[in-house]
Amino acid sequence: MTQPDLSSLPEAAIEDMATLCARRSARWWPGLAAQEGKALHSEVFVSSREAAGAGAALALALDDWRNTPRGETEEAEDRRGVLWVQTREAARLSGRPCRAGLPEDMRHRVIHVLAEKPEDALFALEEGLRCRDLAFVVGEVAGNPRSLDFTASRRLTLVSQKHGVPLFLVRLDARRDLSSARMRWEVTSTPSPAPRWNAQAPGAPAWQADLFRARGHRPGTWVLGDGGGVLVASRRTDQPEPAANQADPREQRLPFSSRARSAGSARSARAAQWPARGERG
Amino acid sequence: MPCPPHLASSRRILSLWLPALAMDRWRLAMGEAGAALDAGPLVLIADTAHGPRIEALNGIAMQAGARSGTMLADARTLCPAIATAPADPAADLAFLEKLALWGRRWGPWSAMDAPDGLLIDVTAVPHLYGGEQHLLADVAKAFARRKLAVRAAIAPTAGAAWALSHHGPPNAIVGGAGSHVEEAIARALADLPVAALRLDQDVLTVLRRLGLKRLGELGTIGRDAIQRRFRNRKSPAANPLVRMDQLLGRVPEPLLPVVQQDMPLVQRRLMEPIRHRPLLDQVLGDLAADMVRELEGRGEGARRLEIGLWRVDGEVVVRRLELAAATREAAHICRLFSAKLDDVDAGFGIEMVRLRASWAEPLALEQGDIEAAAEAHGTSLAACIDRLTVRLGEKAVSRPVPFASHIPERAQRWQRPLDPEPASQGELAFHQRPLKLLDKAEKIAVLYATPDGYPKRFRWRGQVHEVARVEGPERIAPEWWRERGNARLRDYYRIEDDAGRRYWIYRLGIVGDGRGGLPDWYLQGLCA
Repeated sequence: MTQPDLSSLPEAAIEDMATLCARRSARWWPGLAAQEGKALHSEVFVSSREAAGAGAALALALDDWRNTPRGETEEAEDRRGVLWVQTREAARLSGRPCRAGLPEDMRHRVIHVLAEKPEDALFALEEGLRCRDLAFVVGEVAGNPRSLDFTASRRLTLVSQKHGVPLFLVRLDARRDLSSARMRWEVTSTPSPAPRWNAQAPGAPAWQADLFRARGHRPGTWVLGDGGGVLVASRRTDQPEPAANQADPREQRLPFSSRARSAGSARSARAAQWPARGERG
Repeated sequence: MPCPPHLASSRRILSLWLPALAMDRWRLAMGEAGAALDAGPLVLIADTAHGPRIEALNGIAMQAGARSGTMLADARTLCPAIATAPADPAADLAFLEKLALWGRRWGPWSAMDAPDGLLIDVTAVPHLYGGEQHLLADVAKAFARRKLAVRAAIAPTAGAAWALSHHGPPNAIVGGAGSHVEEAIARALADLPVAALRLDQDVLTVLRRLGLKRLGELGTIGRDAIQRRFRNRKSPAANPLVRMDQLLGRVPEPLLPVVQQDMPLVQRRLMEPIRHRPLLDQVLGDLAADMVRELEGRGEGARRLEIGLWRVDGEVVVRRLELAAATREAAHICRLFSAKLDDVDAGFGIEMVRLRASWAEPLALEQGDIEAAAEAHGTSLAACIDRLTVRLGEKAVSRPVPFASHIPERAQRWQRPLDPEPASQGELAFHQRPLKLLDKAEKIAVLYATPDGYPKRFRWRGQVHEVARVEGPERIAPEWWRERGNARLRDYYRIEDDAGRRYWIYRLGIVGDGRGGLPDWYLQGLCA
């Protein structure tokens, strides 16, 4: 597993913090971007019968965006836009973004691209990732188009790494095909917490997010929700909790075939030499 | 605000009136071919809803009884031999614009006085011609050389100069230096008709009925009386007092100068016609570099570019490109055009290529080497949007903006991504809105307690959802000022089903509202 960069911590804290970080880094948690940088290429698999995919992708993106430390040379306030690319099929199935329903600070940022074909959508995603004036790029593609193969997704990952613009690709009604995404989520809606004043009403959105493949993290299942402007995640307790300092992620419950599992182990072995996710090109 | 008398007195305005502009221009355009027609009665006509109307005419037609503004049929009854040619007011205006620029030979500043006049500021110029008389003589000579009829006058104000050139003696000059300019103008213009005040026709009618025929008579009945009669008229063309003050120089009269703007244009004439794409790309690269240099010299960036390809057989292929923001990057221009030039048919070859920036905006100078920087730091938003629109089309890239409407699908509009957001009142966020709206609300079958109970269960896209939690209704009435009278209201519910999926559905109408049968249910939005 990866070791976080500890050079910035004061000397005395290193002993405790090192063990703590090592234990926690095994798992993803909200706000991780503050330490490890942004998750550059994520995929969110979701059914087209719900808007949970777009909602969770936005929540994850905003979580990374808010928690990424601002560099010395960057502006104090991030005024960059957000590119939201949809294929026409995806827009037909799950609708187009509604300005009044977006999070408050996203409303004036969204630039929407409606692509006729998946090829056009991939082109738009790549151009968006090349653009320094975008905070992140959200894509929505329906099904498993032939053009979105491993090569295409690898291409997106590389562009994203090179320019440091995160990509959140929502896959509607898609099989878990081959992809080079750094984090792959499966998201479904889950009953929302009851609002304070009207228990009969739907509450703040909540999603069950299953991280089934991640580079540098152990898979797991969370319930994500909105905790007053920040993303909160609670572990699902009905599943067996593996030991935190477990060495090999291969023993994790993985809904994958044996071939995919071996590929995953090879990747995690390689991840030991890499500086974790969020490396910049 | 009255302007100081010394300022008014120091200005000299030359007014030129071309009484037969349209006819003169027609003669110049036709040349020898028009001489035969011009020998008889000739009129220029414009088509109206009631038939052709005479816009301009030559001297013979005038003697035959035709008048400008009458119908051609009426003139033909007087003189059946009248020949016609089409009038072209747009070209006349363009010609006048060119004349305004040409007229700067007599002064540094000129304005158009549409449809057939020019105003030129000749302050402190006449001594170069040896006096104002000689200046006017030079004007007459220059216009005679161009075969244009002209009447000219010089006065301290634009109003007075206009009045003299249209209604005064030929080559009139009024006022000189000194503080008694106002009296001088008033004295010189006292005998001119009130039409010299540049008033609307109905105002002239009123003045004629009042018995005021000359400018000098306006002063005889007292200012208060005229003020009372025209107290509601604010526009200068409808108020004789304002016009009189402008004429005497008591109030300033702003005039809009004609400013010449030439578009940046670069072209390449090719020694050998080219037929292949790589060569065209080479030429395009050279042109783009030239254009960038041209724009850089002006401190501008191109917003719209047009490329014209002249083929050997005379065909011209034009491709147009509009950019999201002003740009001055040759590589960016080439890249965008290369997508547009894919379907160009070169035929027997292209012998000239011309690139024109028909719309340019100021753009500050920047550090060079942008494209190399783009490799390292990414492209700018404007460049990204340009690339997207060139490949995906103008409509594909847009930004949602609020619109003042209660109907959810109307409450949001899509506009071009870099345009400024329209001013809006802000949203009244009493109610939550879904994250996504379907393009068209989909009909669902709902089990509910009539007439207005909560939905219990519904079927959408072939699957049944059990409703677990409901909030609503939020009633949205139809926009009666826009929709038909029988449009039904909508009751919106935010619901969550047993699996936690959240939707936004509405019932169209209620039972017994007299606007149709049982209400239908629709699913319009998907909540996050």
